[in-house]
Amino acid sequence: MDFLNAFVSLSNYVLIPGVAYGSQLALGALGVTLVYGILRFSNFAHGDTMAFGAMVTVLVTWWLQSLGVSLGPLPTALLALPVGILGTIVLLLVTDRAVYQFYREKKAKPVILVIVSMGVMFIMNGIVRFVIGPDDQRFLDGERFVVSARTFKEMTGLDEGLAIKSTQVITVITAVVVVALLFWFLNRTRAGKSMRAYSDNEDLALLSGVNPERVVMLTWIIVAALATTAGVLYGLDKSFKPFTYFQLLLPIFASAIVGGLGSPLGAIAGGFVIAFSEVTITYAWKKVLGYMMPESLAPDGLVQLLSTDYKFAVSFVILLIVLLFKPTGLFKGQSV
Amino acid sequence: MKKLLMASAAAALTAGMAHAEDVKLGILLGFTGPLESISGDMTAGANLAIAQVNESGNFLDGQTVSSVEGDTGCIDASLAVASAERLITSDGVKGIIGGMCSGETGAVLQNAAIPNGVVMISPSATSPALSTVEDNGLFFRTSPSDARQGQVMADILNDRGITEVAVSYTNNDYGKGLADSFEAAFTESGGTVTMNASHEDGKADYSAEVGALASAGGDVLVVAGYIDQGGAGIINGALDSGAFDTFMYPDGMVSETLEKNFAERTEGSFGQHPSAAGDGPVKFQEMGKEAGFDATGAFAPESYDAAALILLAMQAAGSTDPNVYKDKVMDVANAPGEEIMPGDLGRALQILKDGGEVDYVGASAVELIGGGESAGSYREIEMKDGKMEGVGYR
Repeated sequence: MDFLNAFVSLSNYVLIPGVAYGSQLALGALGVTLVYGILRFSNFAHGDTMAFGAMVTVLVTWWLQSLGVSLGPLPTALLALPVGILGTIVLLLVTDRAVYQFYREKKAKPVILVIVSMGVMFIMNGIVRFVIGPDDQRFLDGERFVVSARTFKEMTGLDEGLAIKSTQVITVITAVVVVALLFWFLNRTRAGKSMRAYSDNEDLALLSGVNPERVVMLTWIIVAALATTAGVLYGLDKSFKPFTYFQLLLPIFASAIVGGLGSPLGAIAGGFVIAFSEVTITYAWKKVLGYMMPESLAPDGLVQLLSTDYKFAVSFVILLIVLLFKPTGLFKGQSV
Repeated sequence: MKKLLMASAAAALTAGMAHAEDVKLGILLGFTGPLESISGDMTAGANLAIAQVNESGNFLDGQTVSSVEGDTGCIDASLAVASAERLITSDGVKGIIGGMCSGETGAVLQNAAIPNGVVMISPSATSPALSTVEDNGLFFRTSPSDARQGQVMADILNDRGITEVAVSYTNNDYGKGLADSFEAAFTESGGTVTMNASHEDGKADYSAEVGALASAGGDVLVVAGYIDQGGAGIINGALDSGAFDTFMYPDGMVSETLEKNFAERTEGSFGQHPSAAGDGPVKFQEMGKEAGFDATGAFAPESYDAAALILLAMQAAGSTDPNVYKDKVMDVANAPGEEIMPGDLGRALQILKDGGEVDYVGASAVELIGGGESAGSYREIEMKDGKMEGVGYR
């Protein structure tokens, strides 16, 4: 029995990647949930908004790198992130003016807006591929590891290595900062309060003098910032490829729905629930159990519940279960 | 008026004849897709053989040969079949050098080559399943079956004293075929495969796959995938998490990209790709340098040989009709006859013209066995001091 090795091994393959992935999903789900709560439709274009924001950031990063600008051990992309956010804000505001405003004025049903957002998704999809191409792009620089597996082994003398990538640390820190800012904005500022009022009861908010166009604009600006940050963090930690952002749409929606659509706190919880279910269910527990159990009981098989190919199926199943038994999600959002 | 008609008819006739003199070969490779980085050198290899034949002027009755390219996407069977159909029906090719990847090659063979009766010689499709396919004698390959590569891999591991490995293969005909034949050979020789799992190409993140492989354990991770695709992702993931330091690279991984991206970071890793010992490869490399391409690139020699075999078989049969010259492919490839090295194509054509026999050795020491596939000689490589170096032949 060797709990230390078991714990290190578990941290290396489950806990740390799970926390990083969960933070990325949570940021994505926050954007989806805000659009749902305030603009009242499911924004299918969110994954490709993330891709667009990340793309602008990648291009600016390359430009900065070509000028020789760098942040030392930190990735240059962090410097380019504000520009990416600005670019995405412009894109979303233009989209709103050109597309969504028309349907909003007509008081179109949410389902129509969902289909409209799918159209927007395909257009953004095309723009991203047109500009940067469908391939993998590398834009990560700076120090790759905070602790690498080899140095950890040498430091502690354990059999198992523990690697903490700098992108994972950056992801978690950025996510905490962004979420804190968001909650401060929603709960403490006048604009944030007017957004929440608009979300709770549109008519009452209008009677109290809330300017609806201002609320809509603010929402898109915040969503752009969230989506770009999530997209860039995911790209830094994994890799930037337009198609993977499209695939991310499913776990992001699953997170938002599991947490309760419209509830920011729920989106964060949902992100971590989905991330950890995906990682733990497809993880092969042989090694961890081998350390934890006496030799005679150690498993021969891999003790893997589902092959890693079925990762996305896990999100689907959780989504179905939540919709069947608790349609408002964990944090009492709006029912779908 | 009559004269004019006669003249134009004659002109049309000569134009038609001039057209007939030009023999077209199709080069059907994955110019896009997971192996796109090696298709350039392969095409250059095939075109070099064609250029040498044209230069000699000995081909058939002084006819010239030209090539037409078609893209298979490597993993896109429908694109591959469509390209092959175009090559055969609209370009009128008399033989195809291709396809590139195993799954797509099988599809092209069944749906385009056999129905239209065109000879295919693949330089790089290595799935064992292609050995047993019913091909009407139209399909050959200058690369060995992966059943042989699996055996070679087991031998390499045994010689290095490694008894436990994990295997990650790309989820297609090539990956599965190779992983299975390797597992069979390695287990038989007393080794243990702790896990034999697939990975999907084109994902952003392989940490889940790597986690499972790490849990299964093993001294070496065998990555039977593609270097431009999931294979690179798996190696990155394994290095980042410290799951494996040493890797084994089968032929789909061995390329310049591998050396550039991973040679330093996977010091001591090893692998193999089909390539022959002896004078052939050396001579071919010199020719490649002159022609301006990397002749050591994976499957570039095999591509040269595939083109050469088709043209020599045509010469031996005295016909460009695939159904006639298909019976001559084995004859020109194997003994008896004068041994032909790369660059000697003009002499080989002359020998055949004079009614002699040739034994084509070529750039990859061609020896066709069974239903027409290479017996298989592999070059073992190892990462030493940040470089990919050849350490021997098997």
